[in-house]
Amino acid sequence: MSACTSRSDPSDAPESMELTKRLVELTEAGLPLVDDPWAWLAERLGTSIEVTLELLQRLQTEGAIRRIAAVPNHYRLGYRHNGMTVWDVDDAEIARLGPLIGSQAFVSHCYRRPRQPGWHYNLFAMVHGRSADEIEAYRAEIRQLLGSACRAEDMLVSSRILKKTGLRVSSRR
Amino acid sequence: MDDLDRRLINRLQLGVPLVRHPWQALAEELDADAAQLRERVQARLDDGTLTRFGPMFDIERLGGAFTLAALSVPEARFDRVAEQLAAMPEVAHNYRREHAWNMWFVLGCATPEGIAQTIARIEAETGLPVLNLPKEETYHVGLHFPV
Repeated sequence: MSACTSRSDPSDAPESMELTKRLVELTEAGLPLVDDPWAWLAERLGTSIEVTLELLQRLQTEGAIRRIAAVPNHYRLGYRHNGMTVWDVDDAEIARLGPLIGSQAFVSHCYRRPRQPGWHYNLFAMVHGRSADEIEAYRAEIRQLLGSACRAEDMLVSSRILKKTGLRVSSRR
Repeated sequence: MDDLDRRLINRLQLGVPLVRHPWQALAEELDADAAQLRERVQARLDDGTLTRFGPMFDIERLGGAFTLAALSVPEARFDRVAEQLAAMPEVAHNYRREHAWNMWFVLGCATPEGIAQTIARIEAETGLPVLNLPKEETYHVGLHFPV
């Protein structure tokens, strides 16, 4: 990871960035289910358990690690319907409305993205549900919240997974 | 899936505590045995209920880059283009969506330049223009599926 984003932190020392890079390589495919995972990691990083745990805590505080968690196959859990709802929201209102839509419990991801030729939506909110009706209801709730600030909308329903590997970047530098 | 499985899956989606002995801490929280919890996670990974257990990295904070992109693929060529994208390691997810822009994928690269190069390659290999929609603001990321 050649360009760490936090610039003034002393933990951005080269050895820390090297450790972080190796941590990503070691764990981006997953963490083994062992009794003492930090000892497993420390051994492979060639450092102490304390340094390893501190590194993990720092990366999590900085947001470089969102969390160390289990990722469910949401189809297996019954969440078979997903809709990418897209909205053309007044630029003057999006800073207020984006966080509001993002804070709805049924929204898993919410981003502002640029308008492009042939694409005039600037707010994206992903919703998941157990039925087509359920995601339509979520869409209606978002529409209600956006009110007159929204000029156009659509919902793109996924009908097939063509590839799902997760992001893996460490091997492609 | 029994009650402990449900509680375990719900709890583990939120992330393990970054304490010296995380499995012991989880065992106490869930009133179960640490080794038994790990066996259950392994079983759920094996049967495909869970796809992964490990750190969820924010690639951009580590100097990497990603973007959401789309193609409008003629129906007759759809499967062939899906195969072309599947062969590219930079393509993380790819979904068919029912829209004129019918193929939606996430590109992940170690550098921002990698994204531009990959888009150029996709356009060259498919002959189709890529709709590139990098995020400008994140309002929320938090996949949680209660079971």
